[in-house]
Amino acid sequence: MRVPKARGELSEALTAAMQAETTGTTDAAAAWSRAHTAEATDDADRHLALWTMYELAYRGFDDVDEALEWHPELLALRRSLEQGFERELREWFSPPELDEPFGDALFALIEGVDGVSLASFVQREATVEQTMELLRYRTIYHLKEADPTAWVVPRLTTGPKAALMELQYDEYGCGDPNRLHSHLFVRGLDAAGLRSDYGAYVDDVPVEVLVQNNAMSLFGLHRRLRGAALGHLAAFEATSSMPSRRMAQGLDRLGLPAEMIAYYDEHVEADAVHEQLAVRTICAALVEEEPAQAAEVAFGALTCLGLEDRFARRMLAEWGAE
Amino acid sequence: MTAERFDHPDVVICPGGPLLLRGEHLVADADGRMHRTTRPVSAVCRCGKSADQPWCDGTHKVLPDKQKP
Repeated sequence: MRVPKARGELSEALTAAMQAETTGTTDAAAAWSRAHTAEATDDADRHLALWTMYELAYRGFDDVDEALEWHPELLALRRSLEQGFERELREWFSPPELDEPFGDALFALIEGVDGVSLASFVQREATVEQTMELLRYRTIYHLKEADPTAWVVPRLTTGPKAALMELQYDEYGCGDPNRLHSHLFVRGLDAAGLRSDYGAYVDDVPVEVLVQNNAMSLFGLHRRLRGAALGHLAAFEATSSMPSRRMAQGLDRLGLPAEMIAYYDEHVEADAVHEQLAVRTICAALVEEEPAQAAEVAFGALTCLGLEDRFARRMLAEWGAE
Repeated sequence: MTAERFDHPDVVICPGGPLLLRGEHLVADADGRMHRTTRPVSAVCRCGKSADQPWCDGTHKVLPDKQKP
């Protein structure tokens, strides 16, 4: 993947600074100075800059020196954007106190969020064109499916660590690359005639997708936010099984390829297991060991559901389907 | 320091939800058809309403409380 197209003053200044460091042909210090003082043109510009910096920790860019992942100037810029972003998330998704037992309370919290469902729209009404657009946008996460949560593993104590690995092992195909969930999506994309190379559609995605992806990276990359990362996982898994069935039915209705339907069919069954593991064994084990993490788990869960709702509303509005 | 012993059951009944099976099993569905588990943990339907028998597909969550297992 190459660095995405800039969407404003900040992402442009960041790209210039990374290029200056990579090529050594322009004054890197001056480029960083401009990046630190650049005002984000809008949310899309700000979130693309943050997404680009996070991506250095996943697969990187063909045209950027991979050593920049830990460059102090880049980390300082990343930190300043992260602080603003985390503040916003905490304002938007302030969790209630959860009752006991924790597992039941977390399921109830998740079920109580009445978000807009793109899967229901795909199941009944979406056109092929709208569905293909949605699949292109889903590539940003599905091609790194489970990766942001993998950062959390070494930060946990024995009980929650073993529980998280039990789930992640299944996400990663139990050692069989053919069954890796992100690879199942690659097969679906190939069969549907869409690009399956990592990050291929990042220039096209609406800001809401970047925000969703950035929230997962923010939670995953900071040990301090381990509770939010696992709460996000729990909400994601607990809102996947039935929507995946609806997606599979919609894809079938539209005559889209069996490989893409198979990706969603796999998630009907896998996530019926994963939601129980995520809520009852992973998050409950974390909270048992670290009771102060209960509110963080709830915050992460509400963030997951709230950001998906924003994306869904955006898409339905664009499609005139509200 | 002594190492803690953790509970790690082979079969877990989830309140209001499926039965989790750890490891490899051959499961006979209500019609006697055999289904081999394919993942480290499998969720077996307990509400009877899953469209993916014998596996759970999350349908129990939309049932009224008294119909939940």
